Amino acid sequence: MNDPEATTAGERQTRIFPCNQKAQQLAALVLAQRGGARALTQDPPPTQYPYGCTTIFAPGWEVDSSNGTHGLCQPIERDLYDCYHTCYWPAQVPDGVTNAPNWTKSCGAPMQDWKSIDLVFP
Amino acid sequence: MQLRTVLHRRFRGERGLEFVYVATSAAILGLDALAHSIVAAFDVPEGLDATEWLQAHPDRQAAETTLHDLIDLGVIRPVGEPQAPRAQLPPMPFPIATLVLNVTNKCNLTCTYCYEYGADRLTSGTGSAGTGKARMSDDTARQSIDFLMRNSGDRPQVSITFFGGETLLNFPAIVAATEYAEERARVHRKRVHYSLTTNATLLTDEVVDFLTKHRFGITVSIDGDQKDHDRHRTFRDGTGSFETIAKRIRHLVATNKQRKGRSIGARVTLTAGAAPVADTYRFLTQELGFDEVGFAPVTAGLGRSYALGEAGYERLLREFGELAEDYVAAAKAGEAHGFANLGDLLRELHQGVNKAHPCGAGLGLLGVSTEGELGLCHRFVESKSHAVGHVTTGVDEAFRSSFLTKAHIDQKTDCTQCFARPLCAGGCYHEAHVRYGDATRANLHYCEWIRGFVDLGLATYGRILTSNPKYFARFESS
Repeated sequence: MNDPEATTAGERQTRIFPCNQKAQQLAALVLAQRGGARALTQDPPPTQYPYGCTTIFAPGWEVDSSNGTHGLCQPIERDLYDCYHTCYWPAQVPDGVTNAPNWTKSCGAPMQDWKSIDLVFP
Repeated sequence: MQLRTVLHRRFRGERGLEFVYVATSAAILGLDALAHSIVAAFDVPEGLDATEWLQAHPDRQAAETTLHDLIDLGVIRPVGEPQAPRAQLPPMPFPIATLVLNVTNKCNLTCTYCYEYGADRLTSGTGSAGTGKARMSDDTARQSIDFLMRNSGDRPQVSITFFGGETLLNFPAIVAATEYAEERARVHRKRVHYSLTTNATLLTDEVVDFLTKHRFGITVSIDGDQKDHDRHRTFRDGTGSFETIAKRIRHLVATNKQRKGRSIGARVTLTAGAAPVADTYRFLTQELGFDEVGFAPVTAGLGRSYALGEAGYERLLREFGELAEDYVAAAKAGEAHGFANLGDLLRELHQGVNKAHPCGAGLGLLGVSTEGELGLCHRFVESKSHAVGHVTTGVDEAFRSSFLTKAHIDQKTDCTQCFARPLCAGGCYHEAHVRYGDATRANLHYCEWIRGFVDLGLATYGRILTSNPKYFARFESS
């Protein structure tokens, strides 16, 4: 299999050739899974998506779909947890799965007590 | 960790190139000498300790990388690795793609091997006096179209196949259904593809004009030259039907060619004592002008004189091999070849088809009886034990789901160790019903035949791939 990302071992000899369509799909899947960080727009696209925001950047919203600001999160704290779970917090939030499972513990209602949310130092 | 190869079949192309067909995924991989030696080494039931094996390998680094690739591609896996659970059914109700309309139960021929009339029929009653009406009414034909439009989900294209009896004995129903389908297709924004199987006795000028105008895919049941054909395919008075159909076929082929219609196929029922397959193929394509020829061994209960016995299947495989040589020669020259069985198999191999069910019966395809009852396929219509509903009241989804669950390849323990399972999936339901009285059983009586034929397909695939790989682009699904 020809692995375009296998640069450390130098030029790798092709020893396995995906022949039919199913084999080509499989090989593409294997290569995609092996690749480290991949952009969502890269071809082939990543087959596994990271959970938690710490591994990807989102630019945040400057304007809403009508080029205004009324549709944005105002206050942004309203959408804190929503953004956190769906990975669209404008800035990065801590990884709540492994490294900071309790960072939101003191903040049950973000609209009122968002100031009490824990600081997390990596 | 103990590792071993998964279920697979190794085969060789031209110039000694090695390939492996991985039966768990239906992937086909080409292997260089090192990769091939690894696959062969790990093909042991108890598996090998990978670390030990690699330490002893003279080219350890290359072997390790290649072994890794083979593991990732699912060719070599840990012994006893649990199988990922897989769905027994696709999301239901599965949208219908093809409806087979049995427009009549009557036939003007009395072919001795026919499952409609012979000793192997499913329905009660005798001769053409089945349990249902002899002819489908125009109303039922139109209701069937409505049923198809309602139950085909968002499929952009649906297919309607007309079947019998002798299909053309009820030409008015075909016309009614086709014209109504055109009208409804415009409303539902769908394309409709029509096809029909006929014994060609009633292909009048009017019929040929209608069929070619609507771009029907036409299949003619014909068993070869006059001698072969007339042995079983006779009129009621015992005279053969060849002379009647030959001139009608020539007219059909000529008109179809003129109108640039779809390819016209011959369907040959193979019985004991038939002429060599390659001779029949050449006769039907060169003398009568068929574009494609498909061969089907006769469906027969035990002890029928016309059935292909063990020796018959062996001979057939050899003869298929002879015709495959012509196919390879054509493919190397980049030309199409009309050996339909092999063409279909190569298409499935190239796409990597991995079937959970042997065919679309009950899934994307249903048969409709003359009275509008739905059956698993055209062969099962009017079989009360396999009724799937009615075109007016819809599909009996409970029966459909329970049948498909029982018929799933994972339930066929006999097939567990067979490399041909992605393609065969246990074989024809009707064949199993005739043979074992249970449509969901695997057709163990033709396993050797299927495996032999898939081996022929793999060998052919390898040969074409090594000489003209571009040939397979024609089989690619988007």
